[in-house]
Amino acid sequence: MAKVLMKGNEAIAEAAIRAGCDGYFGYPITPQTELLEYMSKRMPELGRAFVQGESEIASINMVLGAAAAGKRAMTSSSSPGISLKQEGISYLAGNELPAVIVNIMRGGPGLGNVQPTQSDYFQATKGGGHGDYFPIVLAPSSVQEAMDLTILAFELADKYRNPAMILGDGCIGQIMEPVELPEVDTKPPAKPWALTGCKGRKKNVIRSLYLLAGPLEARNIILQKKYREIEAHEQRHAEFLLDGAEIVIVAYGTAGRVAQTAITKARDEGIPVGLFRPITLYPYPKKALSALIDTAKVFLVLEMSAGQMVEDVQLVAKGGVPVEFKGWLGGRVPAPTEVIEKIREMADKYVRSAQAS
Amino acid sequence: MPEGKVVFAKPEALEATSTHYCPGCSHGIVHRLIAEVIDELGIREKTVGIAPVGCAVLAYHYFDLDMAEAAHGRAPAVATGIKRVMPETVVFTYQGDGDLAAIGTAEIVHAANRGENITVIFVNNAVFGMTGGQMAPTTLPGQVTTSTPTGRDVKVAGYPLKVAELLAQTTGAAYVVRRTVTQPKYIRSCKKAIKIAFQTQLAGLGFSLVEILSTCSTNWGMSPIEALKWLEDNMIPYYPLGDYKVIDEVKALE
Repeated sequence: MAKVLMKGNEAIAEAAIRAGCDGYFGYPITPQTELLEYMSKRMPELGRAFVQGESEIASINMVLGAAAAGKRAMTSSSSPGISLKQEGISYLAGNELPAVIVNIMRGGPGLGNVQPTQSDYFQATKGGGHGDYFPIVLAPSSVQEAMDLTILAFELADKYRNPAMILGDGCIGQIMEPVELPEVDTKPPAKPWALTGCKGRKKNVIRSLYLLAGPLEARNIILQKKYREIEAHEQRHAEFLLDGAEIVIVAYGTAGRVAQTAITKARDEGIPVGLFRPITLYPYPKKALSALIDTAKVFLVLEMSAGQMVEDVQLVAKGGVPVEFKGWLGGRVPAPTEVIEKIREMADKYVRSAQAS
Repeated sequence: MPEGKVVFAKPEALEATSTHYCPGCSHGIVHRLIAEVIDELGIREKTVGIAPVGCAVLAYHYFDLDMAEAAHGRAPAVATGIKRVMPETVVFTYQGDGDLAAIGTAEIVHAANRGENITVIFVNNAVFGMTGGQMAPTTLPGQVTTSTPTGRDVKVAGYPLKVAELLAQTTGAAYVVRRTVTQPKYIRSCKKAIKIAFQTQLAGLGFSLVEILSTCSTNWGMSPIEALKWLEDNMIPYYPLGDYKVIDEVKALE
């Protein structure tokens, strides 16, 4: 099939349409606005709902309404806007409503800038809003993968009745790449819980309020069982040149992509280095990463942040292998040469010194 | 034997249960009026209600309807999401003055201004009820609450918000009125307004809202009868009853 050239933001929008998104509700913010603009044109053409909300808060609550009606619903934003959406994401999780949220991350804290970063990792993967919950978090590192993961996000959200997030960065949102448009055969499951008017059945109620400790504990136990199931079945990652890799770089999204370029060059220099690229950030791909502890001499974590995912890598390593970190702040995307330099430093410290002794 | 005739019964849209509302609270009357209107219009099986955060958060226990619970102030946004993906359903929100007139001002103003084809029942009792009687945006000047212990000082806390007047200014609104439920004549008038509000939506004419001046005898520190009198003597002068916006197409429904 012929490939077409698409911008990341537009590709995500097109993928959502192909996944059967019935309602899109958003608010402009750089660097994701093309996604909203694409939806504003295509959704009405298809007879589907598009609303530019008065705020990110309103938009996520419109998503909640559409999801409660049993429809596939989506919103997109960037870091400061995602902070505003956290209230609604917590309610989606508490109500067990499926929905897709796209975060094309920009620099922070505060207003920051519109450059690509990965500094919302904690917010995305550790809950983000109030209460004990986890959204499913998928991290693309190319435009094609952004499309494919968007479709997967709708499927996983429906499968687990849980919010799912695409965690991209400004680079993934803005870059243009050739993509193969996915032919999607995805139908939402039956949703007998949806609010459609109670014709011919007892009423449905969607809520997260449980006034007494006992019932709310029971409710939370159900949610936690679901998260354990997600953790057991949905871990995903990609590998690059991991065979014989003594230096295992752990990086996702754009950082993973830059690492891949650097690794190819470092291999030419004879350095045994490979890439472990998490695709699901929640659930974190712990099983596959922990299998590398015995063969790796070091896990090198690269992030466009001050070091957030590194904590999850440390939890996997459990002291069985050293964990090193290098980060880039403020919206600076690392150049492959900077990564090669770090790889050489790791080789001197963990590979060559071992060979010398 | 003369044949029996039912002259009064529980509306089908209401559950056969007692409520948690305090004695003298207006919520019970307002719930019943909504349920009667839904029954009369024959729309129970295609109606979705949105409960607020506040005393009426448990409204889904009392209405026999499909219902969702919205975060504080967000009910008009949740209603928008439902209505846009299922235009054939009838969607209403039930909101108090803390919910609608404080934290939810952005959502209500823009839902009205978009002409969102939903119905809003707005219960204004001049106080935050559920949290125990703090100042609401609608608290009257000088009114004592647990967060205005010497009375609302407008120089510090600003002025009570006149929601019906405010929303009547939006171009998208089709029907915006204020009523109360302190006397049978007012209750009849209020029910008629609720019915027109739902009919406005059924006819696809746009945003409809009925503001209902209500009592909160517990947090006002009054007996139910004193509360009714206080409302009529103090709230109605500041919040006059009346029709604030009725577009011609809605007038034609009446």
